[in-house]
Formats: sequence, C-alpha cells, structure tokens
Amino acid sequence: MSTATAANTETKPPAPAVETVRVKVDGRVVDVPRTLPDWQGKPQPTTMLQACAIAGAEVPHYCYHPKLPIAGNCRMCLVEFGTPMMGPDRKPVLSEDGSPKIARSVLPYEPGTPRGAIACATPISPGMEIYPSSPATKQMREAVLESLLINHPLDCPICDQAGECKLQEYSVEHGQAESRFAEVKVHKPKQVDLGPRIMLDDERCVLCTRCIRFSRDVAQDDALGIVNRGSHNSIAAFPGRQFDNNYTLNTVDICPVGALTSKDFRFRMRVWFLKETRSVCASCATGCNILISSREESVYRYEPRQNDAVNACWMCDSGRLNYKWIGREDRLLNVRSSRSGARAWAAVVAEIAETLRSAPQGSVAVIASARQSTEELYLLKKLAAHLGALTDSVERLGEGDGFLVNADRNPNTNGARMTGICFTEVGIQIPKIAQGIRSGRIHTLIVFGEDVTRHGIDSETLSKVSTLIVSDILPNETTRRAHFLLPGCAYAEKRGTFVNAKGRLQRFLKAVEPRGEARPEWEFLQELVHQVTGENLGPGFEALFNRMAKDVPALASAGVEWGKVGDLGAPLTL
Amino acid sequence: MIIKRTELSWLERMYFPTLWSGLRVTARHFYDTLFRGGRVTMEYPEQRWTVPEGYRGAPYLVKDAEDRTKCVSCQLCEFVCPPKAIKITPPGPAVDPTTGNVEKRPREFEINMLRCIFCGFCQEVCPEEAIFLMKDYSLTGLSRKEMIYDKEKLLSLGGVHNDQIRKWKKKEAEAASQEAFKPE
Repeated sequence: MSTATAANTETKPPAPAVETVRVKVDGRVVDVPRTLPDWQGKPQPTTMLQACAIAGAEVPHYCYHPKLPIAGNCRMCLVEFGTPMMGPDRKPVLSEDGSPKIARSVLPYEPGTPRGAIACATPISPGMEIYPSSPATKQMREAVLESLLINHPLDCPICDQAGECKLQEYSVEHGQAESRFAEVKVHKPKQVDLGPRIMLDDERCVLCTRCIRFSRDVAQDDALGIVNRGSHNSIAAFPGRQFDNNYTLNTVDICPVGALTSKDFRFRMRVWFLKETRSVCASCATGCNILISSREESVYRYEPRQNDAVNACWMCDSGRLNYKWIGREDRLLNVRSSRSGARAWAAVVAEIAETLRSAPQGSVAVIASARQSTEELYLLKKLAAHLGALTDSVERLGEGDGFLVNADRNPNTNGARMTGICFTEVGIQIPKIAQGIRSGRIHTLIVFGEDVTRHGIDSETLSKVSTLIVSDILPNETTRRAHFLLPGCAYAEKRGTFVNAKGRLQRFLKAVEPRGEARPEWEFLQELVHQVTGENLGPGFEALFNRMAKDVPALASAGVEWGKVGDLGAPLTL
Repeated sequence: MIIKRTELSWLERMYFPTLWSGLRVTARHFYDTLFRGGRVTMEYPEQRWTVPEGYRGAPYLVKDAEDRTKCVSCQLCEFVCPPKAIKITPPGPAVDPTTGNVEKRPREFEINMLRCIFCGFCQEVCPEEAIFLMKDYSLTGLSRKEMIYDKEKLLSLGGVHNDQIRKWKKKEAEAASQEAFKPE
C-alpha cells in the first residue's frame, strides 16, 4: 500500500539524507526510511506494514488505509516478527558467526507459541526481522479471516462489492474451502438507509471502522458509530442523524467489503464488466483525479483516483454523481448548416471557413466555455487572433467548502486564462461583445459550450447576429438559434487537458465513444483553423498538444509534452 | 490435466483391427435391417431422438418450488459465456419489495440461441442453480429476433427446479427466528 503511496506522492520525502533503518523482511535486507508521512502528511515512525510494502511483501489488511488514522482493529495484518536479542549489558547477543541473535516474538507464558503483532501499527526498530510469509503468520491470518467470516452472509451473488472485495480476495488467498462453523449465523439488518446516497448491509460489515474514521477525521462530519455488543456490533448513524454530507460516497470506496453500497450504483452493473479510464472530474476547478467506469459505451460510475497533490483518495458526491448528462436522450447528435442545408461535417466546416475568411477584421467574437479543454481553447484563440476577434468565457461561481469543492465551478478557467481566451477576471468582455452586436460592429458570433442567452447576451441581441456558429453537447436557446450547429463531445468522450485552480495541468482520456455524429471539438477546430488561417496544427491530438505546449508561455516554461504529463498531471506557474 | 497419448502397438499400426471392427458394425446393421426388420434411420422431425441423461441442449432459466425466479442477476454466466450469447439487464438501484431477502432479480435476461454453443459453462458457473442446459436440441425460428429468447420465454421453457438447499428461504427463516428475543 505504501509503495503505491510513495510512488503516487508528488511531494517526495525531503531532499536531505533520509534517515534509514535496516530491517529484514522474509530474510531479505531492506533499508526503509525511519519515518514516513501518515494520513495527514506528518512524519511518523515507519510501521512493519510499510516496511513490508517497501520490500514488496503484501500484508493483507482491512482497517488500515494510508489516508486514514490507524485503528488496528481488524487484526488481519498480524505478522510474526523478531528483534535482536539483548544481553544484560544492553549489547546485542551475537551468534557464532557474528550475526546478532534474533528473539522471535512469543507469548509471555508460552514460549513455544509465536506472538504476532499488527503490522499496521507496530513501528519498526533497527535490526528487526519481519516474517510476513512464515507458517505462524499464515496461521494467524487464516484464523483471523475465519473469525471475520463467522457471521458473514456469503451472499456474493447479490453483493455489489463482488469482484473488488477484499474479503473475497483474501478468502481466495488465505481462506478455507469449507466453513467449520456449525452454528446459526447472526443476522443483522440488510437494507439500512444510512443517508440519501448510502445503503448499508450490516451483515457484510467486518467492523473495520474505515467509514467512521473517514467521516469523523476527513469529512469532519462525525455521523457514524458502532452500536450494540458482541457479534451484534453494527455500524449506524447516530440517532436522529442522516449520513448526508457531500463526501459520503467515499465510504463506499474505502469499505473493504460490500457493507456500504452506493444507492446510485447499486445493482446497476457487476464491476468486472467495467472498463476504467483515467480522467479528471469537470464539476469544479479542483480537478479531482477520477476513474470513469464504463461498459458498452455507457458510463456507470466515477471513482476517485489517488493524487496526493490534488484530491488524495477522495472526491465529493456532487462531482461523482454528475455524469448522467453524458448519456442523456436529448444530446445534440447531428451537424447542420441552416444556410446551405448541409448535413455533413466536411461541407459544414468548409462553409464556416468560407464565411470566416470573408469576415472583416474585428467583426467576429468568440465566447468559449471554460469547460472546454485547453487544446480547444487554444485553437479558438488561434482562430480569434487571426480574425481580430474579441474573446471571453463565462464565469460560473458556487460555494467552496474548503476541502475539495472549489467556488469556481468551471474545470478549466486557468486554461482559458492561459490561452488568452479570457482575462484574470472572467466575463468582462461579454458586455462589450453584446454592445458590439447591438451596434452592428460584430455580426459573427462563435459560441462553444455555453448558452449565451443566460450569460449576458439576450435572445434579442442574439437575433441580430448574422452568423451564429455554435458547438455544444445539449440543446439550449443558443443552439436552437445557431446557423451552424456542431455537436461536441463530453470530456469522457475525448482526450484533452484541464488546468485546475492551483495551476496543475491534468490529462483526461476517452472513456466512451461520442454519440451520433458528435466529434471532439479539437478535431474539427483543427480543420477549421487550417482552412481559415492556412496553419496546420496537426496531425492528430498529440501533435496539437505539443504545438500548444510550445506556443503558450505558461506551458513552454514548464516544458510539458503530452507524453510527459503523466497520470498525475504537471504543475505550471501561472 | 495433460493426458499422455499411448503408443500404438505394431498390430494397431497395421490398421486391420480397426478396419475389422468397423466392418463388423456395418455387417451387424446390414444383418439387422435385412433379417430382423430393424431401422437405422428415423423419420425426423415426426420421430424424435430421446437424448440421454446429461445431454447438453439449450440453456433455460428455472423457478423454484415457490415460483420464484432463481436467477439473482449476478451476471457470472454473461461473463463466462464464450460466444457472448447471454445479455442480462440488472434491476437497478430501486428497492424491489417483491424480491424479499434475495433483493435482486434480473430485469431482463436474453439468450441469443443463434450464438449459444451449448457448452454448459453458464450452468457450471451459476451460484444459484438458476440456469440449466435442457434437452432441446432443435431450435428453429423464422427470424434472428425470434431466436433471442427473453426472460419470460426462458422461464416458461425451463420450468421448476426442485432444489433441496433453499438457501434464501433458510436465511429468511433464520433471520426471522432471531427477531424474537428469547432469554433462556
């Protein structure tokens, strides 16, 4: 777990020499840092579990999570270990060949019985030996797993977690084929409504308390606890409380079993059918890294993807559930020109190019949404610069929550600023554009991804525009009035980049095919820019990105390239 | 498992013993038809072959003794199906009170009998004993669409399976008995 964390961590351990401790894992010598960042990023003594992970030995666990405080209650990570034997003079006792003698941990009054320690909460000490695959460790694991399965209902066929369940995985590795439990299992409530988005199955719960710790310590909403005694222990929301903060669905992700299920995803698809695509959430300027799960061209769920520089392992519920519009029935599907009646991409793009080529300087304006990718904004800016056009974007403000939700609800405002589509203050050019249209100076308007009738250019003003070129995904007042309608793609249907609020350039990849005739905006914009300005910014997406990376100062100074951006993005200085 | 091929003996390699046993079958049928009036052919489709026990015919869904659709939409058969003949539509998040403690049942279950290769993987993988390869071997239809069997059709063809385990019923009874507080 912690190797993954170390690899994913942007902020690497400080450059000055890392103090290391030499331990042996399964007889292999490894040097591990004396301290590692805990869930809050504070240095804490390295634990046996982390040392094993660094050595490449996986220690199974349920309650331990690198981004949560340690509870040590599932006991699954028990390992046998040994420490150097000390003589009465506090000097290590040496064996005949000169190596320090190791005292294996044993029960105090039963020296023949090995005593395990939970690897997640036991710090390492110099010379320690950890045995994550010794027979004693295996036996402890098997016993713990058997105990966890005592009251488990084994209803995998109807459980949403099946396929990504730690209980299933460890049962395969450490479990037994047949249950020795002859008594009647304790039954608990199976469809507990914890909150508006969470359904709890108490029978499946292994009481790891990850959800409790997450809501108390990460989401800062202490809503969950354990009630009842003994084998009737179960998770519950405090009386009179709803588990309804904006981060509840993260508990579904961290739940190692199928106890907490998402009401949105429940019984909708088995997880082994889902294809995961690395992407970025577009619901606000934070740009949480996500995985889009899709099957047969429809999106089923979003899940956070670990990026410690942005969202750690979390994302908000509102962003997570904001995907249904991608598959909406009323998506714009057909390209059309109401001038010539053309209904083919090549003809419509050529017709637009013709119109724009003959447009006098300064007679065109561009309003491009900050929901478009940086590449598309760059191409639009290229076009605007050639035509001497005014450009701007639309501001979309909400309320920030100080954790992951940013007040800026556009995912790419910094991209729009960086490419020169808008100024630091977004939307200040829109009144000028409206004025220009009314005075007749501007008679061609290019709109990408916004309904301008709701953002400063009313439908009366819009009707004065002689050429309205619109690209959008869903129908609105502006698309209805468009002379040229170009159906675009949701970010899950194309490749591109967003620049988040902190100035981090992040890639998103294509998860599903575009609907109908819709094409990625960058694709037809590239053709349009070529036909209008004579400049070919292709071929293909990567060439376009790399060209943009050279042209845009903020990207050029960071030296980014498509192949180098990576899954975790690249920080820029804006 | 790797099965080792046995070496043929020199007699076997001459092919005469196999040729001889083949000729004996031919001769037996010849004798039977000529003198005993036995028939080797069958007037298909008026006459039908009775398939032996364990024959792998078309896969159908079954209900249990209480008329409950046994399938719980776990979609393992859809996953394991080599020709991708099975398509299941899961029920979705809405709580369906008619399912009782099973909670889940497919909204739609389709088997494309034109794709099905009667391999039996679906029956083998099913954790609920809800799908069985039955004895139908001659499936015909006038269109491709007709050959995609939906849930209703599969259930009506499959009939009832009297399974002795009754997992869900047992669970329900156990849970109900624990509802009552019985200090002893």
